[in-house]
Amino acid sequence: MATRATDSRNNVPAVAAGDRRRWFRGQAFWLVAPALLLLVVCLGLPLAIVTLRSFSEPQWGWQNYAWFFGTPVNLTVLQRTFAISAWVTLVCLIAGYPYAYVMTAVGPKMRLVLILCVLVPFWVSGVVRTLAWVILLQDSGVINSVIRAVGFGPVKLIRTQTGVVIGMAQVLLPFMILPLYSVMKTIDLRLMQAARSLGASPARAFAQVYMPLSLPGVYAGAIIVFILALGFYITPALLGGPRSTMLSTLIQNQVLSLLNWGRGGAMGVVLLIATFVLLALAAPLSRQPHKKGSRR
Amino acid sequence: MKQPGRILLGLFCLLVAVWLVAPTIVVVPMSFNDKKSLAFPPSGFSWQWYQNFFTNPEWSASLIGSLKVAVVTAVFATVIGTLAAFGLDRMKSRVSGVLRALLITPMVVPGVVLAVGIYAVYLDTRLVGTMTGFVLAHTMLAVPFVIIAVSASLEVFDKRLETAAASLGATRLTAFRTVTLPLIAPGILSGLLFAFVTSFDEIIVALFITSPYLKTLPVQIFSSITRDADPTVAAVGTLLFIVTSLVIGVGLLIGSRQGKR
Repeated sequence: MATRATDSRNNVPAVAAGDRRRWFRGQAFWLVAPALLLLVVCLGLPLAIVTLRSFSEPQWGWQNYAWFFGTPVNLTVLQRTFAISAWVTLVCLIAGYPYAYVMTAVGPKMRLVLILCVLVPFWVSGVVRTLAWVILLQDSGVINSVIRAVGFGPVKLIRTQTGVVIGMAQVLLPFMILPLYSVMKTIDLRLMQAARSLGASPARAFAQVYMPLSLPGVYAGAIIVFILALGFYITPALLGGPRSTMLSTLIQNQVLSLLNWGRGGAMGVVLLIATFVLLALAAPLSRQPHKKGSRR
Repeated sequence: MKQPGRILLGLFCLLVAVWLVAPTIVVVPMSFNDKKSLAFPPSGFSWQWYQNFFTNPEWSASLIGSLKVAVVTAVFATVIGTLAAFGLDRMKSRVSGVLRALLITPMVVPGVVLAVGIYAVYLDTRLVGTMTGFVLAHTMLAVPFVIIAVSASLEVFDKRLETAAASLGATRLTAFRTVTLPLIAPGILSGLLFAFVTSFDEIIVALFITSPYLKTLPVQIFSSITRDADPTVAAVGTLLFIVTSLVIGVGLLIGSRQGKR
């Protein structure tokens, strides 16, 4: 220690810094070790047990998977889980893209207001927000009153797929807007002006210049929203009906109500694999925005 | 030609903003309803649901349970996550990339699958409904948020400052304590807040590992919604809205100070 300090005083700080860095590299693993241990015990072990039970209960074999893929109801639910997630992603994209764009275009005060509108619901308890949706969407709720006032008949929203999509998209919208915004704020708007000055119409300048540059944000936001939507449980459980059951509800039902760990486990493994396959497919697409974001 | 487009865009954003914020605010008027129903708009004014929240042992016990779990979780997660962020920062980039991706996985694993697994482990180890059980699971879920927050501030931290401190004769520990720590403190603090909120808001795992002896607030809210639609949930929602807004306000202040540096 003392020699190193003297070294650096003798105008060789580069050597000292290199030395320090090497020291840290050796020790760095031990700094990460507690987090890894926690991960193995609280994530690795539980997931391993779920996987194991999907093959071992009631007997060893593939019977739980055969049952899952052989029962039409399960396949319907699996299909619906993907369909609802896709709808939620689409709704988030349609609502989030212009919103994120406006965030980059307005002045700093207005931007703060827009950011707060995204962040406050982001951190307000998801259960409470879902409760609010239950009240807002019910047959005698505000939304239906408005629809009736405009002159249309009452629309069934609660316990329907539409209601589930409205509620889930609201909960997940911040996950779409934040990545979009972080990419869009790096886009140089002078490129649009350049395109215009070269004779492009606004629509063409947007489609050929702005949109391609914003795609990494679209990929990142869409994949996060889709993956989180796949695993959603609370919102579909409270807003959905029997015709909008998602895979999570089915898993919970198998394990807690029917005590069927094998079948619940098999469904869990299917959901888990679907999630990781999607992540692996999307990783190369959404890697760009992270780099861009961190460059700033 | 340009003006109508801008107005349309502005209106669309207003609509999205209302959609985002409305469900968080709508519980406020409902919490003052004088009838025992969850209705909007409410019919009269009363404080009774706030009174009920603080006097009904079921509600106050779940609030205290949640606070205890969240405080302990926040402390553990911040220590473990900060250490990990430092470790990752000092590693070879390829190794740290893999480890970082691994440590972030709790954020993408479907909640129910994780909850089922944790429930299975806890049944075998008698951790269901215990403080240790809640803290272990919530710490694991909160660590990624701390790592992200602390890593972000380590990224902008100029490592030459540490070298400078060393060249002036400071030991590694002194340099860390007097140079590094104060500079990344905002990142650690926001990690602490993130961890607290993560635990305080977590429901899926909590639903599975809860017991009559230890219940967290979100679990109590969920069972109240599904059981009796007690308007006390609106009062709880309002209180949570106010508290989280304050926390976010503090967080933004810290963030803006960090940005100015």
